[in-house]
Amino acid sequence: MADALLTLDALRYDAGDRTLIRDVSLRIEAGRRTLILGPNGAGKSVLMRLMHGLIEPSAGRILWNGGSGRPAQAMVFQRPVMLRRSVLDNVVYALDLAGVPSAERRARALDVLERVGLTALADRPARVLSGGEQQRAALARAWALRPRVLFLDEPTASLDPGAAAEVERLIRVIADEGCSIVMVTHHLGQARRLADDIVFVDSGRITEHTPVADFFTAPRSAEAGNYLRGELAWA
Amino acid sequence: MSTLSESFLTAGGLVLAADPQLLGIVTLSLQVSLTAVFFASCVGLPIGAAVAVGRFPGRKPLTVILNGLMGLPPVVIGLLVYLLLSRAGPLGSFGLLFTPTAMVIAQVVLITPIVAALSRQIVADAWRDYEEQLRSLGASTPRAAFTLLVDTRFSLSTAVLAGLGRAVAEVGAVMIVGGNIDGVTRVMTTSIALETSKGDLPLALALGFILIAIVLLLNALAHAVREWAVRRHG
Repeated sequence: MADALLTLDALRYDAGDRTLIRDVSLRIEAGRRTLILGPNGAGKSVLMRLMHGLIEPSAGRILWNGGSGRPAQAMVFQRPVMLRRSVLDNVVYALDLAGVPSAERRARALDVLERVGLTALADRPARVLSGGEQQRAALARAWALRPRVLFLDEPTASLDPGAAAEVERLIRVIADEGCSIVMVTHHLGQARRLADDIVFVDSGRITEHTPVADFFTAPRSAEAGNYLRGELAWA
Repeated sequence: MSTLSESFLTAGGLVLAADPQLLGIVTLSLQVSLTAVFFASCVGLPIGAAVAVGRFPGRKPLTVILNGLMGLPPVVIGLLVYLLLSRAGPLGSFGLLFTPTAMVIAQVVLITPIVAALSRQIVADAWRDYEEQLRSLGASTPRAAFTLLVDTRFSLSTAVLAGLGRAVAEVGAVMIVGGNIDGVTRVMTTSIALETSKGDLPLALALGFILIAIVLLLNALAHAVREWAVRRHG
């Protein structure tokens, strides 16, 4: 079997005396759109931060491509953190940190801003943009880095439906370029629309990793079944 | 009451007449304190950002010390700088005692902790919001600290102003290292102290009003600039 893009091996994460992630093993294949579902406090965001390397596991291993190196990656957060400078300069800043030669940064930033439809706002201070525009700018900033993996932590949670649909559309475009997607969401409809695979997390454990169609029709774990019944009752 | 009203009139008279002596004193006051604020900011802002963002042993004690140093007594700083700069002191050969430079040095020592402690608080608050994003983008700690200083620049103006307020209003340090020499090292606060001890209360109070007016004016100016900038840049 070929090496998976990302392999988590018996991962554990402790915060103080609480274990937030316990014995998590997972393989994520390249080019897949993997959505992480689960109740509040299950450890979805912690799991994603472990994968992205923002926090260090207390035990276990994280392997990229079987250990042959960490691919270019980026993360988009629930609340976009825009620097107090223009939209364009926010993207240029990220490219600078990524080591892109200064001569290329501007053109690359403008190109990606055009693709998210923010060309007209490129010179505006990023902080005065609307929430939806800021999230698109955050997506552009991540996209400009040409990631092989894009992590998204509830990127549409604080957006209105129109802005959320636009963000979803962009995620799909980014995925179609061959970028693997790992995304946390609370929104079942969104998971159904975007996912190839669902990873269900409950109480710091992965209870199942299933293709999306199977997950919604016949979840394998009791936890996921209960969650779906509970959520769908509100849908 | 009569002292108060008299001193108002005196203050108005001095300002309207653009009294050259008063002008000299005000100019020197601002020169010394603004220079001190400049150097204190050059040192204090990076220290504040480094303590806020850096992960090194002793960070918490350092924070406590920094906060504690905000309350340094000016006379004691004056005395220490005096000892450093006096003929027999380690820096005596430069002959700086009783010069405006000596006053700048004393004020830099006095207000650097203020700028550093306040900027540490401001940058630390911002770091909570920025940390994951900047680390995700691969920013090194020094780079992150610098980015935060740039990004919190409007809030940091408050820290710098607090330093300026302290510098322009203190009397103990400049009195000791400057010597309150007429036309050379006499500033607003030392003049006030002198006129008070001479018994010319209206003149002392008049100078006091002018000092307060200048401090208010500087703060109003900074506030207006900040408001404008925040509206523009978000």
